[in-house]
Amino acid sequence: MSASERLGDLLRELAPQVLGVLLRRHGGLEECEDAVQEALLAAATQWPAEGLPDNPRSWLVTVAARRLVDQVRSEQARRRREATAAAREAPDAGLAPAPGDESPGDRDDTLALLFLCCHPALTPASQVALTLRAVGGLTTAEVARAFLVPEATMAPRISRAKQRVRSAGAAFELPAAEQWAGRLDAVLHVLYLIFNEGYTAGSGPDLHRADLTAEAIRLTRLLHRSLPDDGEVAGLLALMLLTDARRPARTGQDGALVPLAEQDRGRWDAALIEEGAALVTAAMSAAPLGPYQLQAAIAALHVQAPRAGDTDWEQIRILYAILSRIAPNPMVTLNHAVAVAMTRGPEAGLDLLRTLDGDPRMARHHRLPAVRAHLQELAGEHAAARENYRLAARRTTSLPERRHLLARADRLEG
Amino acid sequence: MKFLLSLYLEPSALPGEGLDHEEFLAAAGPSGELVGGHVLADPSVGAVTRVRGGAVTVTEGPYLTSADQVACQYVVDCESRERAVELAVLLAAGQAGGVEVRPLMNASGMEM
Repeated sequence: MSASERLGDLLRELAPQVLGVLLRRHGGLEECEDAVQEALLAAATQWPAEGLPDNPRSWLVTVAARRLVDQVRSEQARRRREATAAAREAPDAGLAPAPGDESPGDRDDTLALLFLCCHPALTPASQVALTLRAVGGLTTAEVARAFLVPEATMAPRISRAKQRVRSAGAAFELPAAEQWAGRLDAVLHVLYLIFNEGYTAGSGPDLHRADLTAEAIRLTRLLHRSLPDDGEVAGLLALMLLTDARRPARTGQDGALVPLAEQDRGRWDAALIEEGAALVTAAMSAAPLGPYQLQAAIAALHVQAPRAGDTDWEQIRILYAILSRIAPNPMVTLNHAVAVAMTRGPEAGLDLLRTLDGDPRMARHHRLPAVRAHLQELAGEHAAARENYRLAARRTTSLPERRHLLARADRLEG
Repeated sequence: MKFLLSLYLEPSALPGEGLDHEEFLAAAGPSGELVGGHVLADPSVGAVTRVRGGAVTVTEGPYLTSADQVACQYVVDCESRERAVELAVLLAAGQAGGVEVRPLMNASGMEM
């Protein structure tokens, strides 16, 4: 790891802590978050030249607080007057912790910050962008690059999100017990969206997008550290690790997608598999069952089989049946149908797929004909399978998936 | 998801004439959904190139000769197809033509 990478990691680690200190003193996500970004920028330019300060966290808090005071004083807007008063009452010295002082509130601060950024008043895309900037410490330009939009598109998305948080009257605090589960679900969903955005990205020019998986795992680890007893937090972390373990084998040298059954299992990351499997096993034995734990358990069964043929499909089928009951959705039905086909024959899987035919959520979706084609291929109905692979290829908006589906169709030719 | 919204108007409409996209821009801009856009010049000043068996032909004017022509296009990055259609309705409001909503291909993919 290079010096600049180490510095980047340190700054991103400190970003939510510094923001937490400012928010506790001042409130006002917009102002505080801008001030922290300026302090991070100052650190990124000054530290390499002048050396690391004795207490980097205090340095950042002091600089961010000064920026906040400057910002507040320089603006005349009515809504900022209260903040000005508050800032004048609290001199910089009061904001900075004593050298070496480790605030016990850091973990809760990161947690409260995640809840704030994933507030229900925001759309998922805004929650994702705000989380990456405020908790992840990424700049707007970095978030924009990761999501393949211009900075001019991402900047209003983030400022609109901050305005929404303010107008919703959201406080920098942990949600009340009756809201806890729903709010935590939103946080987990956002972290999973970030992970998938990175995981499904190609390699090469999209490398900075792939960094999103590492960022999602880092943030989920922080969350798991704050809430070690929550089974779904552990389940999501396990699911990410078990999925990421397959990344080295998921694309061929030419960038083509390699299906799970054909991946070179020797290239899977054994350390990630071990950690993920241990996490999900511990969570399932101690916490109430939830969808992320079930998906992680299924992912673990897939990656623990030495060969594709050794996969414990019966166990996977049972887990999908439970998942269909506690968190039904068409994607679960698709995967359930594959597991049914692998244990009770392709016809039984195709029967289950038929239950999705009238589902408006699957109209135009490529995954339904893709799975149907796969099961028809297993059943030896090659002509029908070919048609459905082609239909799926026509419907997908993913270039690598289209290429893969067309290759499957061609393989059945003659 | 990214979508291309193309506003089609009759060929007789002058380029950029009477386009009122204030409402669309007010919806897609501040929300961070607008990726880019442009108004097209009249199809009569464009050209179409074709290569057939190595032979190049260049013809003056539009690719489509009879149907309505694209007058302007925007790329938006939004949550869902439903949201893209919602934005397209704002774009089509007050126009005689229609707006086509087309998802864009992307390079991401999930192995199956």
